[in-house]
Amino acid sequence: MIKIVKRDQPSRTIFFLTPVLAIILTLFAGGLIFYILGFKPFEALKFFFIVPIADMYGFSELLLKATPLCLIAIGLSFCFKSNNWNIGAEGQLTFGAIVSGGVALLFYNQEGFYILPIVILAGAIGGMLYASIPAILKTYFNTNEILVSLMLVYVSKLILDYLVVGPWSNPEGFNFPETRQFSESARLPILFEGLRIHAGIFLALAAVVVSWFIFYKTYLGFQMKVSGFSLKTAKYAGYKGKKMIILVFLISGACAGLAGVGEITGPIGQLHREVSPDYGFTAIIVAFLGRLHPVGIIFASLIVAITYLGAETAQIFMQIPKYTGQVFQGMILFFLLASDYLLFFKIKFKGSKK
Amino acid sequence: MMIDINFVGLIITSIMASAVPLILASCGELITERSGVLNLGVEGMMIIGAISGFALMTVTGSLFIAVIGAMLAGILISTIFAFLTQTLITNHVATGLALTIFGIGISAMIGKNFVGIPGKEFPVLFESLKETIPFLSPILFGHSIVFYFAFALPFITNYFLKKTKIGLIIRAVGDSPVSASNQGINVKLVRYSCILYGGAMCGLAGAYLSMIYTPQWIENMTGGRGWIALALVVFSTWNPIKILIGAMIFGGLTIIQFHMQAVGVRIPVQFLTALPYIVTIVVLVVISRDSRKIRLSTPSSLGKSFYKDN
Repeated sequence: MIKIVKRDQPSRTIFFLTPVLAIILTLFAGGLIFYILGFKPFEALKFFFIVPIADMYGFSELLLKATPLCLIAIGLSFCFKSNNWNIGAEGQLTFGAIVSGGVALLFYNQEGFYILPIVILAGAIGGMLYASIPAILKTYFNTNEILVSLMLVYVSKLILDYLVVGPWSNPEGFNFPETRQFSESARLPILFEGLRIHAGIFLALAAVVVSWFIFYKTYLGFQMKVSGFSLKTAKYAGYKGKKMIILVFLISGACAGLAGVGEITGPIGQLHREVSPDYGFTAIIVAFLGRLHPVGIIFASLIVAITYLGAETAQIFMQIPKYTGQVFQGMILFFLLASDYLLFFKIKFKGSKK
Repeated sequence: MMIDINFVGLIITSIMASAVPLILASCGELITERSGVLNLGVEGMMIIGAISGFALMTVTGSLFIAVIGAMLAGILISTIFAFLTQTLITNHVATGLALTIFGIGISAMIGKNFVGIPGKEFPVLFESLKETIPFLSPILFGHSIVFYFAFALPFITNYFLKKTKIGLIIRAVGDSPVSASNQGINVKLVRYSCILYGGAMCGLAGAYLSMIYTPQWIENMTGGRGWIALALVVFSTWNPIKILIGAMIFGGLTIIQFHMQAVGVRIPVQFLTALPYIVTIVVLVVISRDSRKIRLSTPSSLGKSFYKDN
């Protein structure tokens, strides 16, 4: 007989163990899906999770994909910690890319050390502006931030599409849906010859450090934590709820915007239709898998980044559709949420000691 | 300028046709939310319904099996959500998002072999009556059974919630799970049933898209309709009849794009395509501004987990 007992307090050990459990369960379930599809499960998993990062190039690609995921997830953790459901990071990324891309295009025929900082700043501001829409609507008009931030994703992608097809398209570009190439001074430098990993990774690492400091060393971090646990308590303690909502949205928008800057000023160096393969949505999973903890998010972003690479490799070598990546991402979140059950409940077997 | 009355009738018909998936999904989600559960997986469940319906139709050749199968697929995938949120007491928002991501992935995976296959013609009812009355009869006659069902559904749902005992139980569970539970109502069972019902309706909405509205399989073909359906539930202030009105407005916005392009209005295509999303935001703002009204009509326990010690 199995008996389920509620824990008096959530277990801290299990808090950090469940992400690992979730990954193991996802691998099992993934193997099962591959088996059903008629592949050898172990071989498929190997192609999915090991082959893509077996060489230096693969490892650089892993970091390249993990960078935006980590950055966005750090930003989202501010929102999620304080009970604000910003699920439109994809839109904030896109809009950040649009603004920074627009600024970079202004300087397309100029060089200068001052260009890159302006371009980066423009991206962060773009993301913040876009994130401020759901934030302001939530605080002053009581509007559901989930739906607003999500609707804005579609809008931002259409704005981008309009710009790269129409007014911003490259005059010498034979009507391809893309802008001019940015000047070298507007590009994030590539770190190693022949690889694609670029300086954007330092932005992500800086975000990790800063967010850690804010979460655990400042009054603001404490306020966010309290509001996350109980909005009533936060109100009772006299915290300025509205100000905080707007602030966390701005932080998360800035991070997403910076991720957008990395995507366009890194290896690609121009605006085009598909700025992001849904990094903004995947980062939600990364934030949860990393337990909204900056260090946890680093690990989580690396793990989830593999699903992007694995999906590509598996598609090339085994003709497994690339959407398998999304299936894995969904499963990780399912299993993570499910294994959280163990945080609050103990499973006891009859006969075991109390 | 003479306005061709039959042309107006035609436009109204196409608006109604594009409102069908929104009505189905919203009415399903409305029941789920009335029981206190917020399922953000509408988009995922719809796309699963779309591919299941289309795949079953291609494989079995039977439209009946395909429609039922799409609903069962919606139920099946919503069972994951129900198990997680009700039995394992997970967060509704996060679980719903996972459901959407998972659903889009799985549907594209299954759908790989069905891209480019032409759909089948779906039988329509009362076709012989289509020519009888000008203006009115193209609106009333010659549609699929799903179409008629969708336009009856808000009224059925309204009656069900307000006049039947089960409807009352669902509302009680949504407004106060604790007192409902003390009355001997099995809260978990009610919520499970409402989630699965929502899944079935979203599955049907998806099947309508891939089998009747645009009979083919395209990746991601729901294109955000699931999210608009969710917004419609808020828009309606949880009242099924208002869903009908909202769905017609959004259906209208979708159809207007095509006609404006056809007439040659010089507005960028992208702006017209963005219109339904922008209008959704505006409408949400207008509706939600009155926080008292929203608070009165929102199911009190919406999105909150219920756990009973036993």
